Amino acid sequence: MDAHNRTEFPALEGGGSSSSFLDHVTRSNPGLLPFGRALPAGTMPATPHGTTIVALSFEGGVLMAGDRRATMGSMIANRHLEKVFPADAYSVLGIAGTAGIAIDMVRLFQVELEHYEKIEGTLLSLEGKANRLGAMVRANLPMAMQGLSVVPLFAGIETAGPVTTGRLFSYDVTGGRYEELEHHSVGSGSVFARGALKKLWRPGLTAEQALEVAVEALYDASDDDSATGGPDLVRRLWPVVYVVTHDGAARVGDDALAGVVETIVTRRSVERREA
Amino acid sequence: MAQQFYVSPEQVMKDRADFARKGIARGKSVVVVSFLGGIALVAENPSPTLHKIGEIYDRIAFAAVGKYNEFESLRQAGVRYADVRGYSYDRADVTARGLASVYAQSLGTVFTAEQKPFEVELAVAEVGERQGEDHIFRLNFDGSIADESGFLAMGGKADLVQAALEKRWRAGASLGQALRWAVAALESPRLDAAPGGAARSEVPDQAAALAAATLEVAVLDRNVSRVRGSHRAFRRLNAATVATQLAAD
Repeated sequence: MDAHNRTEFPALEGGGSSSSFLDHVTRSNPGLLPFGRALPAGTMPATPHGTTIVALSFEGGVLMAGDRRATMGSMIANRHLEKVFPADAYSVLGIAGTAGIAIDMVRLFQVELEHYEKIEGTLLSLEGKANRLGAMVRANLPMAMQGLSVVPLFAGIETAGPVTTGRLFSYDVTGGRYEELEHHSVGSGSVFARGALKKLWRPGLTAEQALEVAVEALYDASDDDSATGGPDLVRRLWPVVYVVTHDGAARVGDDALAGVVETIVTRRSVERREA
Repeated sequence: MAQQFYVSPEQVMKDRADFARKGIARGKSVVVVSFLGGIALVAENPSPTLHKIGEIYDRIAFAAVGKYNEFESLRQAGVRYADVRGYSYDRADVTARGLASVYAQSLGTVFTAEQKPFEVELAVAEVGERQGEDHIFRLNFDGSIADESGFLAMGGKADLVQAALEKRWRAGASLGQALRWAVAALESPRLDAAPGGAARSEVPDQAAALAAATLEVAVLDRNVSRVRGSHRAFRRLNAATVATQLAAD
């Protein structure tokens, strides 16, 4: 029997083994996890932080958008950072907080969903996915207490049910999971983005209108929050936007985003008002 | 304590191999065929849920014959191996060769060290950028491994099925053509057993006894990242699609 344990390829593990990649790695190789180690005492040097994510539902789906900036103290650490990712074919997640841990947590979550799908032969339910993400955020709590927190925003559609409406889930650092209605935002600019979303969101939005709302909310966030990057017309950098509908999760192309950004910028330039 | 009689190692290995071979020969066959657009995996399997074919990773699939519980535990171990490897290195670093070699080690260890050997035969297939870059590995119950070119058959009467494929297979076939070859090959043991079978098996395409509903079919798409925008090439075909493909010319 020892021979199997040595090869790390347990031929006879079969019965009772888990369908969760997170459980498997936690058992067999916890060093691989983004939060799999105890931090030594001392102060943490400055690390890049991701900022604002917005998400909103629309008729037949859900949309998530994130700005491109990462900050390290008062410095801009990165202006190309992507903070919104497809989790699987029917869900997306965006992350705010310590970028290094957050990006690895996204990778872990993507593998977790794919792993379950391959082992079980079916997709996890949307609630099931949201719970798994909550478990990961909770596992990161010791790191969060050292200042390395990760706060995701999760959105997707339930494929099994009769109706396909988008659903949003937000999290706190303890792994608490809260379903949000209509729209939500996380990160340093979220307060300003939420104000914009409250005024711009309305029932029955189309996907195109939802895209305009999301980009404008991020624009407002970047207006008041120095850690949120606005659309960069010089470098042609637009927010990362994913749309999830019954056809699956798809990234919105740069051409579509350029059009939306230019419309908003032109309108605001013409109005020449404070907001 | 009962007296232990001496049994030569040759005899022990032969007995174990015969035992495993008998178990495998009882099951139905599985065929793996490379074609222009990817690799097709075809199994005779009436159950829609107890799969003999499975996805391992982006461009890698798994097929098995023999005892379900044994090859299912191997499939899951393979998925775990691939996911851990892809997560700790990169998705591009998971290869069929690496997976096949851990399968070979695992099967070899069980064959010599366990109470009984696994009664399974496995195939690990990886679709390449071009048909010449496809890899199909055959893994036996004793851990022996072979690199097959273009096609592979395993299971009960595998030699007949393999011979039938050998006669037909050419590079550059369409999916429909590859599926028709696979079905004709899977039918060859039955035709051989039927009276006057040898003569009838010369006209394979008439033998439409294997309905699409009794087949489990999956493909690894060669151009997946371009066509579907996804990194996962594995796709199951439902019975209706299989029937359409078998009928198409």
